[in-house]
Order: sequence, then structure tokens, then C-alpha cells
Amino acid sequence: MIETDLNSLWFLLITVLWIGYFFLDGFDFGVGILLPFVGRDDLDRRVAIRTIGPVWDANEVWLLVAGGATFAAFPEWYATLFSGFYLPLFLILVALILRGVSFEYRAKDRRPQWRAWWDRAIFFGSAVPALLFGVAFANIVRGVPIDAAFEYTGGFWNLLNPYALLGGLTTLLLFTLHGATFLGLKASGPVAERAHRYASLLALPTVAVAGGFIAWTLVEAAGGNRGSIGMGALIPVAAVAAAAALAALPLLRAKRDGWAFVATGVTIVSAVLMLFMNLYPRVMPSSTAEANTLDIYNAASTPTTLRVITVVALIMVPVVLAYQAWSYWVFRKRVTREQLSPTG
Amino acid sequence: MDALIAARWQFGITTIYHFLFVPLTIGLALVVAILETRWVRSRDPKWLRATKFWGKLFLINFAIGVVTGIVQEFQFGMNWSSYSRFVGDIFGAPLAVEGLLAFFLESTFLGLWIFGWDRLSPRLHAATAWLVSLGTIISAFWILAANAWMQNPVGYRINPITGRAELESFLDLVRNPMAWHHLGHTVLAAALTAGVFVLAISGWHLLRRPDSPVFRASAGLAAILVLVSSLGSAISGHFQGQEVADLQPMKHAAVEAHWETEAPAAFSIVAIPLQDEGRNLFDIRIPRVLSLLTDHSWTSEVRGINDLQAEYEGTFGPGDYRPPVAAVYWSFRVMVGAGFFLIGLGALGAWFMYRKRLHEVRWYHRVALLSLGLPFLANITGWVVTEIGRQPWSVYNVLLVRDSVSPSVSTATVLISLIGFTVLYGILAVIDLYLMAKYARADIGEETTPAEVGAGLAY
Repeated sequence: MIETDLNSLWFLLITVLWIGYFFLDGFDFGVGILLPFVGRDDLDRRVAIRTIGPVWDANEVWLLVAGGATFAAFPEWYATLFSGFYLPLFLILVALILRGVSFEYRAKDRRPQWRAWWDRAIFFGSAVPALLFGVAFANIVRGVPIDAAFEYTGGFWNLLNPYALLGGLTTLLLFTLHGATFLGLKASGPVAERAHRYASLLALPTVAVAGGFIAWTLVEAAGGNRGSIGMGALIPVAAVAAAAALAALPLLRAKRDGWAFVATGVTIVSAVLMLFMNLYPRVMPSSTAEANTLDIYNAASTPTTLRVITVVALIMVPVVLAYQAWSYWVFRKRVTREQLSPTG
Repeated sequence: MDALIAARWQFGITTIYHFLFVPLTIGLALVVAILETRWVRSRDPKWLRATKFWGKLFLINFAIGVVTGIVQEFQFGMNWSSYSRFVGDIFGAPLAVEGLLAFFLESTFLGLWIFGWDRLSPRLHAATAWLVSLGTIISAFWILAANAWMQNPVGYRINPITGRAELESFLDLVRNPMAWHHLGHTVLAAALTAGVFVLAISGWHLLRRPDSPVFRASAGLAAILVLVSSLGSAISGHFQGQEVADLQPMKHAAVEAHWETEAPAAFSIVAIPLQDEGRNLFDIRIPRVLSLLTDHSWTSEVRGINDLQAEYEGTFGPGDYRPPVAAVYWSFRVMVGAGFFLIGLGALGAWFMYRKRLHEVRWYHRVALLSLGLPFLANITGWVVTEIGRQPWSVYNVLLVRDSVSPSVSTATVLISLIGFTVLYGILAVIDLYLMAKYARADIGEETTPAEVGAGLAY
């Protein structure tokens, strides 16, 4: 079951950071992936980009803080994960670098060729992390070869197993769908309409793939690959994820854009929550030997450090949430073609 | 080449590259906040136009600073996992705090600043610029506190069972004198970088249009900024140097190519250090000045590299504990030379401003334009002194760099990312230079309302 100690609190905080990251940057990735499909002309594409323009950077910070929090609270986890998943992380970094400069730079020159190149960078810069984060997390849950010194011994190809690829496909589809419902909510005119159509088109395959991934995870969990949280707690969370994904389709048909976005959001939140619940109290199960598994105790910093960062986090997280929420409130209106200057 | 060498190259290349952009954007964030505040106070459209002009150049560079910063945080785990395990209990905390305190702040309010021109009142909008600037400075403090711990480890103990460093006092880490010296010198250098940047580009425009109100105002502000921050950099650098002499005597001796212990110690102006022989081939020295700089004394002893090396071998066992002397010796002199030149540039600019002729002194603007690279050169050589001077340690006197690398990552893997990042960064540099040249030379706009500025800045 769940212990009440600082180690568990930090496991929970890191879970929250990843949930926040996938919820928020998830729709950024989706918008980037859909950019070539929902934007027929440059103004359309600018409408799509503008829906995430003011917020994508702060959304990405959730990843940086998740990384920093892992380093601070569970340095062994950080060291094993980042050195072990080296090449996928390298690809994610390249993609995030390209995506990050693309938004800013595509606007800085009006030549169609220039913008077409940045649009490609936005597409790949969004699709690659959307796929690879799923691959990485599925591998963490599945367990990877880790030796007694907590070093990853599996190489690159070991990461590309069927379960992990299904996990990657799940996040790719889920984030794309999430981006589509976000555009349906935040864009207007032809962009919103096309996004709505793609959302309806993607909903069923996403439910199928994500459902398959969740079911596979539950089967493995029932077979013994889980931590101390029982199936009785995992199954309801998985059911919420599945139900929310299923609900997206009728909500889209009824043109309830806001609720459709909530549905894809709840799917992401509960699916990620289920994965972390499945892990707890482990953080990186070793497939080599159970004794080599990293958990929230043998991977953790000392109580001194955990106390310090707990104080900082308990003060700062509410403040951050407040001003981030305020920025979403400031930019609450739908983005229209008319509001964008035709010359920009 | 082995994984260690490749990992070191990767850290060097990615960090130097990152730091080309960081000081410029810390400084420009401050400049933009000042300009916008002047507009809010005076409602003179020249300040609004200046805010937009420099804001655009700020954003072009901020984008690269942000994305290359992600690599910085991740590569400790990727390439330096042994380091991360050893210091994680201490080093991770400032990084996490940096994210919570600074990254959220600067990214959220930058979004509001770029896109909020027609949604926030002018005062509130100017406040977002100040919050972005505050975020960049808070960020600087925490990452420098982390670095300062590598230079001067404080508030920790080594756990005898795990052999790892453990935090004893977070307060000591925050109060580390090295961190505050770092912060003062780095933020002043950032202001200097932005000051020279604004002065040089304003000069380019004033050569063509000496009556441009926007560039006359920008050049005036920049000249003051260059004078104040270059003087401040020199003073803070002097006291930082004394702190280094105290806490990292080997680095200090290497920076001065000071091989033998002397009392009083002479200061070397030009030398060719011979690392293998432990002496200088050629050396021009001023008597007593090193003692004066190190201790404010005409007679004090300054320990030399060879002495310290012998002492370290006694303490830490056989090995070479000397950093590459020529690299830090010459980097330091390039940094100081550039800094003193910029003091002159700032003083002249302030003088011309006082005489109300800054906009028309054509030769001065040409000199300013030619000086554009100097603050960047000083920033990089300054960090070369700090980081190469720390060698062979990753944590001074505690952990060696060669014991810090990831044991499970192959040379080929590090090479792939080394080449990948280098090529990608190279391409981004070309694009950045193209955009900078384009927007630095662009005509000033005719904007009179915040909404017009917003339309020009947003994407």
C-alpha cells in the first residue's frame, strides 16, 4: 500500500509533474502534428500556432521541472534513466530544440519556402517526442535490464519491444487527439472545423490502441509486474481512462468542444496516473534481478534534501499553478483569422 | 577518442554555445523592461518603438537560449551519471528550485508579454517584462549556486557507507560565497553584453540616420549601461579572483602561470607556459603586483603551481592536479583585456552623451560596432577560466572528472549525440545570425499603440 513519507510525497509530486506535462504539452504536440492537416494556407497555420503560442513554453517547463525534481529527489533514478535511455532522449532533445525555435522563427520571414521548412520542423519536432515519451514510459513500466550498480545494460534495440512500441503509438495518437480537441476549443473557422473532423476520425483508433495498451499493462500487472498498489485500485483508474476516451466520440458528435477536450484530458491524466500507480513504490524495475530494482528508497536523496525541496515545492507549486492559470484566462478567447494581421 | 573525451567535448561545446545566448538575453530582458517602463511613464512613442525593436532581437536569441538549456539539464544524467549519483543529493536541489522558481516565471510571463499587448493594461504589461527579467536573474542564481558548489563544495559530508556526497546544510549551499561572486560577475557581464549589443546596433543606425530618436535614446541608455556594468564587472571580478585564490589556489596559480611560490609575488603580463616542464618559456612580469591583487599587500606570499601539485599528491595520491595552464592563462588575459577596452568604450560614450553629441560621433559608432564581439568573447573566456581551471576535478578536491562519466554509455553513443548537437547548433547559429542581421538592420516602425507592437512581436 502507500506509505506516508517524504519519499512517497516526492513520487506523488513527480507523478503530478508528468501528468501536468503530458496534459499540457500533449495538446501542444497534437497541434504541431495536426498543423499540416488543419492549415490549408499560412493564415490557417498561424491560427493553429497562435492557440498554443502564449503557453507552449511554460507547458514545456513541466518537463524541465520533472527532470530537475527527479534529479533532486531520486538522483539514482535520474542517473539510470537518463544514461540508460540515452539515444531516445537525444532524439527527444533534438526534436524539442527544433520545435522550440520553429514557433518563433517561422514568423520572422515571409517567404513560403522558409515557413514550409519550419512547419516540417514543428511537425517532426512534435511527433517524435509524442511517440518516444510513450516508448520510454512503457519501458520503465515493463522493466529494463539494470545491473547491481543500477546501470542500464540493455542497449538501444532492447527499448523497441512490442509493448513499448504500442505505448509509443498510444501517446502519439492520444496527444494528436488531445491537440485536435484543443484546436476545436481554441481555434475558430476552418481550422476548428478541420480539427473537429480529425478528432472524430482519430477517436476510435485511439480508443482501440490506448485500450489495448492499458489492457496489456493490466494483464502484466495481474501477472505480478506491479508494485504495492493492488489491482483493485489500478482497474478503476484504467476504467476511467477508457471511459473518458470512449466519451470523446459522442461529445465530438454533439459538438461539445469543451467537454471533448476534458474527455481527452481525463484520458491522459488517468492513463499516466495508472502507470505511476503500477510502478509505486518502484521507479525503475530491473528485468535482470529484483534486487536491482530502483525504488523510492534506494534511489532517493537523504531526508535533509527531501525536506528542503518539499518546503520549496509546497510554497511554489500553488503560486505557479495560480499564475499559469491566470495566463490561460488572459488568452481564453478563440483565435480567429481576422485577429491576425494578414502581413505578419 | 573514448567516451570521457567525447562527453567533455559535448559539455564544452553545448555549454559555451548556450552561454553565447544566455548573458545577451538576461541583459536584453532588463533593457526591454527599462524601455517599456520609460514608455509607460512618458508615453513618448520612441520608447514604445524601442521596446519593440529590441524586444524582437531579444526573442530571436531567447528562443535558442531556452532550447539549448534543456540539453544542459539532461546531459548531467546522460553523460555524467556517476557524477549525478555522487552529487545528486546536493546538486539536484538547486536545479529543481531553479525550475520551480525561475523557469515557470520567465516562460509564463514571456508568453504574456509577447501576446498580451492588447489584453493587459500598459502598467501590467510592463510588469510582465520585469517578471521575465526577474526570472532570468533568479535562474542565474540557482544554476550558479550549483556550479559554485562544484568550485567550492560546502554544507555537505561524504557518507562513509555509500561514498556519496550528502547535504548537511542547504543554507550553506545558498550562502556559498562563490555563488554570490558568480552571480554578481555574471549578471554584470550580462548587462554589459546587452549594453554593447544595443550600443553597437544603435551606432549602425545612427551612422545612417543621426536624427533617429529611437536610436539616440537607445545609444544613450546603452552607453551608461556599458560604463556602469563594465566597471562593476571589473570590481566584482577582482574580488571574485581573491575568493578563487583563497578557495581554489591551484586555479588561481594556473590563471597567473605562477609556477613557483613567491613572496612577494610578481604578476605575469605575457608568458608562454610550458605545462610539461612546469615553468614559463618566456615571461614579462611586474614585481609585487600579484601579491597586491591577491591580498591587497605588497609582500604577501602567493603559492605556485609546482608547490601545490606536490601538496595535492601528498593529499590525494599520485596524479596530475594541474589544469591546462596556457588555456586558462590566456583566456583570463583575453577576458580582462576585453573588459578594460569596454570600460573605455563606456566612458567615452558617457562623455559624448554628457556633451550631447553621442549621436553624431561617427568614428565612435564604428568602434562600437567593431566591439560587438568583445563581450561574447569575454563571457566565454571567463567560463573557460572557471571550468577548465577546475580541472581535473568536477567537484573541487572531491571528485575527478574522469570518475564522473557514465559507465554504461558507449563512446559511439556519445559521439552520435556530440556530432548531432554540434551540427544542429551550427545550423541554428547560421539561422540566428541571418535573423539578427535582418532585424538589427530593419527600419524602426511607426507604432503608436501597444496593439500595433503586439501584432509585430507575436507569431
